[in-house]
Amino acid sequence: METIILFAPLVGSLICGFGWKLIGETAAMWVATGLLFLSALLSWAVFVNFDGVTEQIQVLRFIESGSLATDWSIRLDRLTAIMLIVITTVSSLVHLYSFGYMDKDPQWKEGEVYKPRFFAYLSFFTFAMLALVTADNLVQMFFGWEGVGVASYLLIGFYYRKPSANAAAIKAFVVNRVGDFGFALGIFTIFFLVDSINFDDVFAAAPSLAETQLTFLWGEWNAANLIAILLFIGAMGKSAQLLLHTWLPDAMEGPTPVSALIHAATMVTAGVFLVCRMSPLMEFAPQAMAFVTVLGATTAFFAATVGLVQTDIKRVIAYSTCSQLGYMFVAAGVGMYSAAMFHLLTHAFFKALLFLGAGSVIHAMHHEQDMTNYGNLRKKIPYTYWAMMIGTLAITGVGIPLTHFGFAGFLSKDAIIESAWAGGSGYGFWLLVVAAAMTSFYSWRLIFLTFYGQARGDKHTHEHAHESPMVMLIPLGVLSLGAVFSGMIWYNSFFGHADQVGEFYGIPVAEAAAHDDHASDAQGHADDDHASEAKDHGASEAAAEHHYVFAGKPGEGALYFGEDNHVLDDAHAAPVWVKVSPFIAMLGGLAMAIWFYILNPSLPGRLAENQRPLYLFLKNKWYFDELYDVIFVRPVVGLGKMLWKRGDGNVIDGFLNGVALGIVPFFTRLAGRAQSGFIFTYAFWMVLGIAALVTWMTIGGGAH
Amino acid sequence: MDNILSIVTFIPALAALILVVFLRGEDEAAQRNAKYVALFATTVTFLVSLGIYFEFDPAETGFQFVEQSQWLLGLQYKMGVDGISVLFVMLTTFIMPLTILASWDVRTRVKEYMVAFLLLETLMLGVFMALDLVLFYLFFEAGLIPMFLIIGIWGGKNRIYASFKFFLYTFLGSVLMLVAMVAMFADAGTTDIEVLMTHQFAFENFDVLGIHVVGGLQTLMFLAFFASFAVKMPMWPVHTWLPDAHVQAPTAGSVVLAAILLKMGGYGFLRFSLPMFPVGAEVMAPVVLWMSAIAIVYTSLVALVQDDMKKLIAYSSVAHMGFVTMGIFAANQQGVDGAIFQMISHGFISAALFLIVGVIYDRMHTRDIEAYGGLVVRMPAYALVFMFFTMGNVGLPGTSGFVGEFLTLMGALQVNTWVAAVATSGVIFSACYALWLYRRVVFGDLIKESLKTITDMTARERFIFAPLVAMTLLLGVYPSLVTDIIGPSTTALISNFDTSVAAADAANQHASN
Repeated sequence: METIILFAPLVGSLICGFGWKLIGETAAMWVATGLLFLSALLSWAVFVNFDGVTEQIQVLRFIESGSLATDWSIRLDRLTAIMLIVITTVSSLVHLYSFGYMDKDPQWKEGEVYKPRFFAYLSFFTFAMLALVTADNLVQMFFGWEGVGVASYLLIGFYYRKPSANAAAIKAFVVNRVGDFGFALGIFTIFFLVDSINFDDVFAAAPSLAETQLTFLWGEWNAANLIAILLFIGAMGKSAQLLLHTWLPDAMEGPTPVSALIHAATMVTAGVFLVCRMSPLMEFAPQAMAFVTVLGATTAFFAATVGLVQTDIKRVIAYSTCSQLGYMFVAAGVGMYSAAMFHLLTHAFFKALLFLGAGSVIHAMHHEQDMTNYGNLRKKIPYTYWAMMIGTLAITGVGIPLTHFGFAGFLSKDAIIESAWAGGSGYGFWLLVVAAAMTSFYSWRLIFLTFYGQARGDKHTHEHAHESPMVMLIPLGVLSLGAVFSGMIWYNSFFGHADQVGEFYGIPVAEAAAHDDHASDAQGHADDDHASEAKDHGASEAAAEHHYVFAGKPGEGALYFGEDNHVLDDAHAAPVWVKVSPFIAMLGGLAMAIWFYILNPSLPGRLAENQRPLYLFLKNKWYFDELYDVIFVRPVVGLGKMLWKRGDGNVIDGFLNGVALGIVPFFTRLAGRAQSGFIFTYAFWMVLGIAALVTWMTIGGGAH
Repeated sequence: MDNILSIVTFIPALAALILVVFLRGEDEAAQRNAKYVALFATTVTFLVSLGIYFEFDPAETGFQFVEQSQWLLGLQYKMGVDGISVLFVMLTTFIMPLTILASWDVRTRVKEYMVAFLLLETLMLGVFMALDLVLFYLFFEAGLIPMFLIIGIWGGKNRIYASFKFFLYTFLGSVLMLVAMVAMFADAGTTDIEVLMTHQFAFENFDVLGIHVVGGLQTLMFLAFFASFAVKMPMWPVHTWLPDAHVQAPTAGSVVLAAILLKMGGYGFLRFSLPMFPVGAEVMAPVVLWMSAIAIVYTSLVALVQDDMKKLIAYSSVAHMGFVTMGIFAANQQGVDGAIFQMISHGFISAALFLIVGVIYDRMHTRDIEAYGGLVVRMPAYALVFMFFTMGNVGLPGTSGFVGEFLTLMGALQVNTWVAAVATSGVIFSACYALWLYRRVVFGDLIKESLKTITDMTARERFIFAPLVAMTLLLGVYPSLVTDIIGPSTTALISNFDTSVAAADAANQHASN
């Protein structure tokens, strides 16, 4: 069954991409879509029936060399099962949605066939993504990792006539390769130390890696930390974390369904998945974990600030994605992988919803993406409006504080913020709370600019604004269900008590008779402050209901929590002010947005005028692109030119031609005669003579 | 078939002989006949060589299908293949029919052209099979001549300069090798490669002209062979002949050059340098590793700024050969397996890339990147094939290009993390130059007047690419096809190498005590 899930999209992609001439465009698209729905259906069956026991299916041998032995295979555990439903559900809905969105795309000329290509890419992407999450070794994961990169490249550059789309596609691929550089080095280092890159072996070796020192490049490193950081560099690229984030906003050049599927719900979460998948290693790499936390929190904050001032509807959501991914990394960084996966799941629903909703708006507005040209659209496209509302309620985290009742984002985001606090990362906690306020602001800003106020921009476009067809609205509806309920349904599985979470992931749990002792042990791997904090808050409130702790070994179950990892319990025991702070932040952001865009619509313009440097700084995304252009792009091209002209030309050829091969001109003169054919004929006969001689000697001259 | 190696080797030569002796005239019919004879001969060669592939026993690490007979002047004729060479033989016989097909539109001196390629095939096959020094040298050097002619007669505007540059670089490199071969004969008393591989050359340190030579005679011999193979690879900084040669060579010439001739260098390292001069190789390995890493980054950067498509791909070839030398001199299982894999894979991918340039060169008669843009609009099939091999070239997992890079880097990291890190950065640059090339040629809108009527690939062209696509994909998904065959031989090579180096270390230590 897992094999069908994995290969159905590939088959669909091939049939659609190569077979459309035979079976027709529409049929090809339906084949791809149908196979994805099949995949999605089976994924849900697997997810629901999964019993927590890791399963492995070998498909084919892959790279083998000496002690290196890897297979194409399927590893099914809870992490994989979660990713399966996320990927196939969103993907199948996006396929369906694309029937409407890609129909009569104005980017193409009359008679040009582009839809089967689009669907084939989408399906291929899905296959690569599934290969990534089902991998049981790092090299297959790397296959999926780069495979989704290619699909992303092809889809960002789908409108190949547009120079900006081509540039964005290359940028995405290259920046991801920078991340892959780290990922690859991580894999090589693992093999060097563990002599295997299969997950089971790596996990089993994790404790000993923590004891190993290694000379790598300029310094001595703790092996576990080094490997974890190298792998995380890969995750930074794929998940658009700070420093390697610049490609994601540009990736919005791709068609909107692509943004929803690849650049919101699935591919960009691969980095989070990687960190969670490697949790047995991460737990032994405290410095790397601290790095993950800090970088995630900074990204969450940075991207939220940029999101405040963007006017392109897709870019706002793109920065929002970048920011939300930062949240997930914070959760993973403090050791609460389960909360990271929880947010990954809920985010997939509401962010795909927001993107597809935005797509529906764009569709209605004849491919206008600038929100300054929107306004007052809620009557024109009511279904889209409600879908976007639900998405916004979910992402901003609306719910009833101190209960488990609310939209999906309310539960998962609060889980992360509580974990950040419990994990002892004050930096992470405060930045995330501030980011939550900004998230609320820019999300509501999007709603108000688009659906409220005066209609702005081209009158004609507004008059002809129309609701999208059913194939686009159904996916919105389904995703809305997810955005509303997914948090409440799975809260206990992802972020309940240890026994519930343990059962969900197949992690053995033990009676926590000695919980208090644990809590007062020197815990908190990041810093010492945390230990005392945890003692104050965690231990004192360790109520009688917490009977269990995780007791798995590395590699047992889908996630691993170290012995000192009490973030889950501590998060549940967080004080009330911690638990309500994201909610208050959300209200603050909402109030600001109402004040700015409903009550006082001239205020944003005046503020931008007054605070011009700050405004430009944010508007220009902290000038990362400009900075990179100056410190990377231009020097590299300049260096290339210099090496070519000076290195190859003057130095090497100059030296060799001038000194050692001063005879070349002589021969060139000789060649004047050569052209007459004299020398060539001579040489010919020479070769022929040698050949004839050898032939004669072998065949005629008495072999044996 | 006891003589299958000789048969495979000499079928093309025989066909060349037939062409020379029996084919007369320059008319249409004669041209067609020449082409068909060449195609037929190379195809038969390939089919017969399949016998070698299927009969080959990977578990046996020694030489197989060995033929040995006395030859003139007391020399011997000895051929054989092992796990290291057999796939190069297969690569050669596989590529040659395709190059003949790719030359279908040649109009000038067709007979001579086909004769040159047929002879070249024989000589290349001989290089990979020869088990005698003299025979090897003969094949190795004689192979220069047809290639020299191919560039010099059927090449572009600057062909004379390029052909001489090619000839002199490679020839001068080989002179030193010849000297070393004479020394080897003097030392070991035989030219039998199989015997030489077990012969221990002196490795005691000594001083020459005031220079202290660590590893003694072995290091010197290593360097002499290195001069020849490094030029052939080509390694930085003796690579500059290659871009010139490629640019001037006709498409099929470039294909053979990139796909097969370059591999002689890598093969030479594996056949001679590592097994015969292990101590010398060990002494020089750090230098070679660094040369490889520099080559990868340096030539990738240079590729980035090229305006000529062929030159770009030529530089990219040098970068890919950097992975090969790096893998070989990492001298461990992953490194050497990866190096061989990379060579085989590069044989398919670089061949395809040069053919891809050939397809549009045949239509537009320019290799200038600026002259193109938006080809996807009129040439979708071409765009697809080009994309596929671009991805192969950047080492995308799932294509054969990935496996070689992955294994060689994995091997290198075990030896030197700096080298591995520098070389790994090459994967970033390769993405830059390859995708940028593709974007400028294929993507964008088709606005240039001259391109408005360009046509997509013909059936013949598609037929040429099909096997290359198949192999690139097959080896990328199921690399065991290669590693199963080379694995045992590589293991033996590495373990002999390690033993020799350890013994030499012990001996030198003993001497110094």
